[in-house]
Amino acid sequence: MQIIRPEEVLAEYYPPLSDHEALVEANRCLYCYDAPCTHACPTHIDIPKFIKKIATENVVGSARTILEANLMGATCARVCPVQELCEGACVLNAEEKPIMIGRLQRYATDYVYNRNIDVFQPGPATGKKIAVVGAGPAGLTCAGELAKLGHSVTVFERRELPGGLSTYGIIVLREPVSVALAEVDMVERLGVEVKTNVELGQNLSFDELRSQYDAIFLGLGLGAVPAMGIRGEELVIDGLEYIEASKMNPQGLEVGQSVVIIGAGNTAIDAATVAKRLGAERVRMVYRRTEAEMTAYEHEYEFAKNEGIEYRFLTQPVEILHEGGKVTGVKCVRMELGAPDASGRPSPQPVPGAEFIIPADQVVKAIGQEKPSLAQTLGLATEKGYIRVNDDLETSLPGVYAGGDCVRAKGSASTVMAVQDGKLAAFAIHRKLVPQGVAADD
Amino acid sequence: MADLRINFAGIKSPNPFWLASAPPSNSGAQVHKAFEAGWGGAVWKTIGAPVLNVSNRYGAWHYGGQKMLAINNVELISDRPLEVNLAEIRDVKRHWPDRAVVVSAMVESNPEAWRDIILKIEDTGADGIELNYGCPHGMSERGMGAAVGQVPEYCEQITRWVMDVARIPVIVKLTPNVASVVPPAKAAIAAGANALSLINTINSIVAVDLDTLEITPNIGGKGGHGGYAGPAVKPIALNMLSSLGTDETVRQSGLPISGMGGISTWKDAAEFLLLGASSLQVCTAVMHYGFRIIEDLCDGLSSWMDSKGFRTIDEVVGKSLHRISDFKDFDLSFRAVARIDPDKCIQCNLCYVACNDTAHQCIDLVDANGNLVQPYAYDVRSNGKHEAVSTRPQPVVREDDCVGCRLCYNVCPVEDCIKMVELPSGRASVTWDQLSKNRAEVTTDWDAMKKYRQEEGIEIH
Repeated sequence: MQIIRPEEVLAEYYPPLSDHEALVEANRCLYCYDAPCTHACPTHIDIPKFIKKIATENVVGSARTILEANLMGATCARVCPVQELCEGACVLNAEEKPIMIGRLQRYATDYVYNRNIDVFQPGPATGKKIAVVGAGPAGLTCAGELAKLGHSVTVFERRELPGGLSTYGIIVLREPVSVALAEVDMVERLGVEVKTNVELGQNLSFDELRSQYDAIFLGLGLGAVPAMGIRGEELVIDGLEYIEASKMNPQGLEVGQSVVIIGAGNTAIDAATVAKRLGAERVRMVYRRTEAEMTAYEHEYEFAKNEGIEYRFLTQPVEILHEGGKVTGVKCVRMELGAPDASGRPSPQPVPGAEFIIPADQVVKAIGQEKPSLAQTLGLATEKGYIRVNDDLETSLPGVYAGGDCVRAKGSASTVMAVQDGKLAAFAIHRKLVPQGVAADD
Repeated sequence: MADLRINFAGIKSPNPFWLASAPPSNSGAQVHKAFEAGWGGAVWKTIGAPVLNVSNRYGAWHYGGQKMLAINNVELISDRPLEVNLAEIRDVKRHWPDRAVVVSAMVESNPEAWRDIILKIEDTGADGIELNYGCPHGMSERGMGAAVGQVPEYCEQITRWVMDVARIPVIVKLTPNVASVVPPAKAAIAAGANALSLINTINSIVAVDLDTLEITPNIGGKGGHGGYAGPAVKPIALNMLSSLGTDETVRQSGLPISGMGGISTWKDAAEFLLLGASSLQVCTAVMHYGFRIIEDLCDGLSSWMDSKGFRTIDEVVGKSLHRISDFKDFDLSFRAVARIDPDKCIQCNLCYVACNDTAHQCIDLVDANGNLVQPYAYDVRSNGKHEAVSTRPQPVVREDDCVGCRLCYNVCPVEDCIKMVELPSGRASVTWDQLSKNRAEVTTDWDAMKKYRQEEGIEIH
């Protein structure tokens, strides 16, 4: 039997660019003015500038250019859907192939992290104290930007490790844990204090935070995977937990021989990839709509198919079959598309009597996450279940700001959007606390 | 098929491409190999006075990821014994009777030394001699090379010594390290030379090492000026070539000119021919890619000649020389404007920034509804490829304000996207020379110039 080494099969998919590869690619960039890649980037990194700095071998300056706009530049270099953002907007799509912006960004940011080079210093102390709840990309960005502006920042994180989804929720193939933690270290070196195992509403009081800090930023993320309400669901594994295990304890992750993944988004693909690479013979994604309605990025879908992952479209699980506490299969019903639903997509309807069984010994669900449950508890106004914020990312409670997935009532949730929220919220907080101060570049 | 054969001052070769006197023609084995690859001739690496060479003798200028846009060297003339060179020259010529074998020579400035070397060269059966008056480093410190080429009197004197002895054609190779190549060329003509060649290499320091602060290349902690050559020098060489072709004395002498300086492709070759060269020498391109490049040099040149209806090299030589002119004879009423083809444009905005920052501010960004927009005008929350691409404005030239400077045309990365379109200026043709004669006050007095402009409707942007 083939021995599978998780550290090999789950290792980062793309190798780093060599110095020579980076130079050649950087020199291919036209150095557009008011470049569309920069517009397409939610954090508006000055991409032609950072690429030209690679070309002139000013790699530290390149990293600074990236991190000025996007403090989580090393994570975004890996996890951004660049085909939909910067690279998708590159003018060279017209003629040849776009510049490998993501991989060049990784080259520059890895350069400074691998050499322990700090490109920023904390600003002169303002005497203001800010609490950040949640050490994911939004919270860390907000904390880091505020520290650069001279504020005293404490980050409270309920998990054992900071980094949020970058640490726990993105498979190592796309981002190794060390990259997420290097960004946390960088933020800490700016003077930010990160306290872990502290959860709002459990061992952290919102009222105390409000009385002790000049402003609060909430980067809470989202909740658990929602329940499907079908029989046998207690035997279904949460996709995010599955991914987390593949990062934190891959040896301990038990992978079935025949795995069914419920859902067809990016997290579902990540879970399926883990299963396939850790030895599952068959991995089947079941999705109640069709290819056209999938939320996964096109390139992720292509990646999944290349991995040998199978798709069952128009398929709705109705019961998890089991024997003696072990999963034996998923009873499904065939669907057909009907009239558009609230999301604007055709709503899937079960075809009466069209039930069938997919044999399986492991079932994982990745069907999105619950809305942030804390919103109501804290007494915050919501929008479609997400925390409602204004243009300054301020919630209905004055001095309380929020950003990242927990406010993503519009648009699609992503790391880079969270980073932009964190940055803009930091500037807004700074404007409010230090009215004569001028924020960097908003 | 075009006939590529040439007869250059009596030196015949099956095509106009010769290896220039340089490292590629350093030995018999190399020249044999070059001739096997198809080279029409070779100018042997300069023989003459005894020398010793140093390591790290070649530097190079790289730009934008392109290697060796120019090379620089402090290599001297051949450091192989004279007798070895002479024996190999004899051997090569015996094997390749149809190829041009020219020997470059450089000795001390006395008639005996020159007489001695000329007789030895002729004894090999070589087809011609090239007098190296151009080497800018090392040899010039010893009173040879450029030290001769920079002083027309020395150039004439030595050429006379040579012409008194020589029975085979003599080519005088000119240095570019002068204010004008015409006086040394005239000196060579006066002394009876049979042909000219140019350019030799240009004085240069190629780089400083930013780690060690040493000169590049570093020769035991020192460095210095070396001869600069390769693609980057081509425009300089073309200008010097045309300055000979447009000089009355040089033209009337009828001396053929062997052109060199950055010839890398058949296109470069054709340009040298059009500006008056009738044989072509190549060095840096061969040092970069090897002798094999001769195939496309010949093939490309031949195809181009066929497409233009040129049957022989002679029909091409000097065909564009009559267009070389001075500024004073340019038509001041000639008008061209830039026009951007929106179908080809990829909206990189390089034309926009070049025009607005550094030229004449006549390119606008226009959105889909025809409204002017400023760069970076999008909202901070706007993102994604669809928003970025679908809202991207189009650069448009305000033709009324365009002075036709041609900067945008030059920076545009897309082939045929920006065209310089000739438009009627509505003014009668006039040159600065004519203006100086007919309205002299216009050329010396700003008020008169203002009045003239108003009369003619010339608006300065």
